[in-house]
Amino acid sequence: MSVELRGLRKNYGRAAALDDVSLTIRDGEFLALLGPSGSGKTTLLRTLAGLEFADSGEVIINGQPMHGVPARERGIGFVFQHYALFRHMTVARNVAFGLEVLPRGRRPAASAIRSRVQDLLDLMEIGNLGGRYPEQISGGQRQRVALARALAIEPRVLLLDEPFGALDAKVRKSLRVWLRQLHDRMGLTSIFVTHDQAEAMEMADRIAVLRGGRIVQVDAPETLYAEPVDSFVHEFMGESEKLQCSVIDGLAVIEGLPDAAFATDCPKGPAIALIRPHEVEVLPGPGPVRVESVHGNGPIRRLRLMLAGQMLEVLKPEDAWLPVAGETCNVDLARARIYPVERAAR
Amino acid sequence: MTRRSALPGFGPALTITLVWVSLIVLLPLTSLAVRPWELGLMGVWHSITEPRVLAALRLSFGAAALAAVVNVPFGLLVAWVMVRYRFPGRRLADSLIDMPLALPTAVAGIALTALFAPKGWIGAWLLPLGIKVAYTPVGIMVALVFVGLPFVVRTLEPVLMDLPLEAEEAAATLGATRAQTLRKVVIPALAPALLAGFAAALARGVGEYGSVIFIAGNMPMLSEIAPLLIVIRLEQLDYAGAAALGLVMLLVSFSILLLLNLLQKRMGVKIR
Repeated sequence: MSVELRGLRKNYGRAAALDDVSLTIRDGEFLALLGPSGSGKTTLLRTLAGLEFADSGEVIINGQPMHGVPARERGIGFVFQHYALFRHMTVARNVAFGLEVLPRGRRPAASAIRSRVQDLLDLMEIGNLGGRYPEQISGGQRQRVALARALAIEPRVLLLDEPFGALDAKVRKSLRVWLRQLHDRMGLTSIFVTHDQAEAMEMADRIAVLRGGRIVQVDAPETLYAEPVDSFVHEFMGESEKLQCSVIDGLAVIEGLPDAAFATDCPKGPAIALIRPHEVEVLPGPGPVRVESVHGNGPIRRLRLMLAGQMLEVLKPEDAWLPVAGETCNVDLARARIYPVERAAR
Repeated sequence: MTRRSALPGFGPALTITLVWVSLIVLLPLTSLAVRPWELGLMGVWHSITEPRVLAALRLSFGAAALAAVVNVPFGLLVAWVMVRYRFPGRRLADSLIDMPLALPTAVAGIALTALFAPKGWIGAWLLPLGIKVAYTPVGIMVALVFVGLPFVVRTLEPVLMDLPLEAEEAAATLGATRAQTLRKVVIPALAPALLAGFAAALARGVGEYGSVIFIAGNMPMLSEIAPLLIVIRLEQLDYAGAAALGLVMLLVSFSILLLLNLLQKRMGVKIR
């Protein structure tokens, strides 16, 4: 099912939680809402589910406007950050809940519900836990129960709010792969909230980056990483090295490298150049760059360079040409991206 | 017992606890249990099977149970409002709930009597409808509802605060109506606390004296509570008879509370 958001706005007091959010999620897509805490991603997810209401704008699911449709009639599966399992019910009763509250006419027979629940638990690879209570199982298992419970109602859309937030790193990793496979196998449309860019990059078809209640950029992970629209996205999507530069007549010149100029459409004046550590080319000197240190003994070496008083960290494979600490060298920053200086507090 | 623990002090703590509980609770109760037998076995039997005594016991436990039954749903509602909503005057309402605890119960009794007497603010309205509250068992229930309410509210409030809103939201996204959410999610999660509140209100009601005797009218066989009968026997210097009645109340109360406690534990096991 496709999901469409049109011009959603919501204010908490004076602060904007959602600021003109428009976004279309395609049928079968796995979309990540990525952003720092307070960027509005959870509010957006809850608005979709009908647990919160926008001041203006529209949520449209599969062509139907959701205005005035309560959460229980939206047919949306929601997985809460802390699972929100019913503590007084067994795992099986938790999963059966969505079926047992159906109106009598649409409710499957008790035996049908039981076998359906068992199928779901088997699918989640926790088929033997049906008789346990939520307190008696691990965090990763609770996550699977929450997912099974949400899927029991055959939702049109699955929403996940930081689903792996409370799990340790190892469990997280295995669940990521598993959840993505589940999504593909069941033909779901999923939207999931995270503040972990690695998680978003690994799982999502597309990532929507939020900041201050606005969507800054929506793109496939590779595009987002390679062509961030602004310095915030650049820095959020991965390690970034920052150098001061100035723009004159459409050309950016980085401080300390007067001979190199990069074409840019930034306005005249001070600007910043951002580059990923592995994108810096290091060339034999002598040159304007001083090598402070060379670290690491794995396949990747981490170089700390000084350029006109600015620290520059560089990652190089061990078999590349490597300078030694103390000597000078040249760098090629052709892959740097030039952005205007951020106005404070946006 | 002798296992090493990271939290030392078990020995002294247990010793002090046992001594203190013996001194404060067990010793007086023992003296109560010993006292009646100077009447002889048959004497005790006769003393506690008088029709007037049986009626008083029935009234005391019956009215207390009914009042507790009334207090549970209304106490839940009050606790719900206090925990879930913010409204002007909330702090005032919050302290009002504690009033029945702080007030000398006799004061409450006098106030309620004035209100429900045939010429009182409420009593005057009820009289033409043929409802008499003051000087009847209904009055006793009114008094017991009054004194029992804070016990239910204060027992439920912390549990309600702990109840995650997310569970209710989860129920909503799964298609449950508000009524289904209350019935299947909220109330079961509260059940142990509801039972505990019921037990506290019941215990308070059985033992209540001050507020009841003013409004009850204290007619033997009709509106005379067991604690009053104990006082009457004491005034007649029938100490053994008073103790016999006291012992019966003690045993009945203890069995009821024990039962409720076990029930609560069984529910608790499922949840914790």
